[in-house]
Amino acid sequence: MSCEISRKAYINLSIKKIGKKIIRHWQLYILLLPPLIFLFVFKYYPMYGVQIAFRDFNPSLGITKSPWAGFKFFSLFFNSPQFSKLIINTISISFYSILAGFPIPIILAIFLNECKNKFFSKTVQMITYAPYFISTVILVAMINQMTSPYGMINNVLTLLGLDTVNFMGKSSWFTSIYVWSGVWQGAGYSSVIYLAALSGISSELYEAARIDGASTFKKIIHIDIPGIMPTVVILLILSSASVLNVGYEKIYLMQNPLNLHVSEVISTYVYKIGLVSAQYSYSSAIGLFNSLVSLIVLTVVNQVAKKVSETSLW
Amino acid sequence: MKLRYNRNSGFDRVFDTISTMFLAFCLFIVIIPIINIISQSLSDPASVLAGRVILFPIKPTLIGYSKIISSKVILSGFFNSIIITVFGTLISVSLTIMAAYPLARKNLYGKGVILLLFTFTMIFSGGLIPTYLLVQSLGLIDSRAALILPNAVAAWNVIISRTFFINTVPDELYEAATVDGCSDFKTFFRIVLPLSKPIVAVMALFYAVGIWNAYFDAMIYLQTQFKYPLQLVLRNILISSQLQAQMLASQATDQSAQLALSEVLKYAVIIFSSLPLLILYPFIQKYFVKGIMIGAIKG
Repeated sequence: MSCEISRKAYINLSIKKIGKKIIRHWQLYILLLPPLIFLFVFKYYPMYGVQIAFRDFNPSLGITKSPWAGFKFFSLFFNSPQFSKLIINTISISFYSILAGFPIPIILAIFLNECKNKFFSKTVQMITYAPYFISTVILVAMINQMTSPYGMINNVLTLLGLDTVNFMGKSSWFTSIYVWSGVWQGAGYSSVIYLAALSGISSELYEAARIDGASTFKKIIHIDIPGIMPTVVILLILSSASVLNVGYEKIYLMQNPLNLHVSEVISTYVYKIGLVSAQYSYSSAIGLFNSLVSLIVLTVVNQVAKKVSETSLW
Repeated sequence: MKLRYNRNSGFDRVFDTISTMFLAFCLFIVIIPIINIISQSLSDPASVLAGRVILFPIKPTLIGYSKIISSKVILSGFFNSIIITVFGTLISVSLTIMAAYPLARKNLYGKGVILLLFTFTMIFSGGLIPTYLLVQSLGLIDSRAALILPNAVAAWNVIISRTFFINTVPDELYEAATVDGCSDFKTFFRIVLPLSKPIVAVMALFYAVGIWNAYFDAMIYLQTQFKYPLQLVLRNILISSQLQAQMLASQATDQSAQLALSEVLKYAVIIFSSLPLLILYPFIQKYFVKGIMIGAIKG
């Protein structure tokens, strides 16, 4: 009995303490309120609305009154002829992107860091960083123009006496064009992240290496690469989360009837099923499947990274 | 000592050569397409169609650009994009800083939970359709606000700003402010904000570039053509090849001349729409690098 009372008293006391803590800084909570409202309305409410994936959505009934459909739309998706094609396309584009896009910014950053001519390295850094700011629409338009029959690439091929290639018309070119234009646009940006990590390495290490007579190459292998390893691991974990979320904005613009069988990915399919054909529930189910798999992949990769390299997101 | 140095200098020279060659290669790979597009946009249409333009303009003309200046769609796109970007950036930056400052304070009760609420949105989302239905039920379809509000707060930017506050405003400053009788509001407006001009600039640029470059939300939410932002107008012109007929109307002499003109026009549109960026880039570039640096420290 007395124990019960003291527990209650303790709870009361701690509630009072918490209340006091909150009241003392009430102005901080007022500041936090608007962003939190935005967060709940525009990020968390859609998470609540994703229940239409389990319902037969009827616009006149609304989200919460539409009848339940269980896993109908999920099994519809798993059994559809599109399923395996979408998964294969999405994963192959993602893996190709990671394989091609990951090492180049690292090499670029290391070379920029070692470059003795500061003016040259600043220029290279500034120019290679610039394409990051080109919008997706403009980038795809540039690709279209450059690969067109009268575009730069075919002009050069003709000049060299080679046959012209219909790049956008051949589906076998699609993935490579998508990936390498992505590298072209993003390598400079990503290299800045590694440069930041490289600049964080203690200069004492380089001093010691210089005294020991290490070559530049050895310095890179034994100081630079271990130094940026945590950053590399973090970025790899992050890119693993987007294996299923390939850049639909760009892919959608690059799609044409000739390459659709290799360029249709989950996210563009979600858009077409959902907003073009207005099958809201089916599209939400596919989207939810996509998000859940991404979340699981991220968690697994994060745990593996934690075990192997002792670097992780959480 | 000297011997060792000599042993390595050969390796180092080879390394330097490889490194310089690689960097020069990167430089050319990035710059050549851009030079080519500028040259194509300034060239005589017939030469463009004949595939003769590689690095330098041939028979320079401004015909493509003159077509753009007289195009109402592109100019209204520019105007819409400016409005959307200005308001969107204003809202986003305010909300981001308002979220980041309290979360940077040590003695905020429930900080962990609130941070988790933000970061969770980075790894999971309701998806396209639930967001669309929300925008619809808020009556924002065909409204420019639909391009601003749903993504107004980006969790990653909140985290970067928070890191900036933690690193630049020491706890002692808050303590001193409290001792002097400053309220949290006053501390924020009088002490923290004046110190945080760099992060405000970085955030403004991050958001502004993001909003300026987006087309997808405009494509799904807007229906009325005069509300289209520039990127959507560009998509219709450059990728769906719409609207060109009306821009080329008077020139419709024969088919190949029209095709040639439409090619030049496309190149000119690419350059014209990138002009604001090309002009501003050298000045804003260092702020972006700064922003990434802050983010990288956290990572």
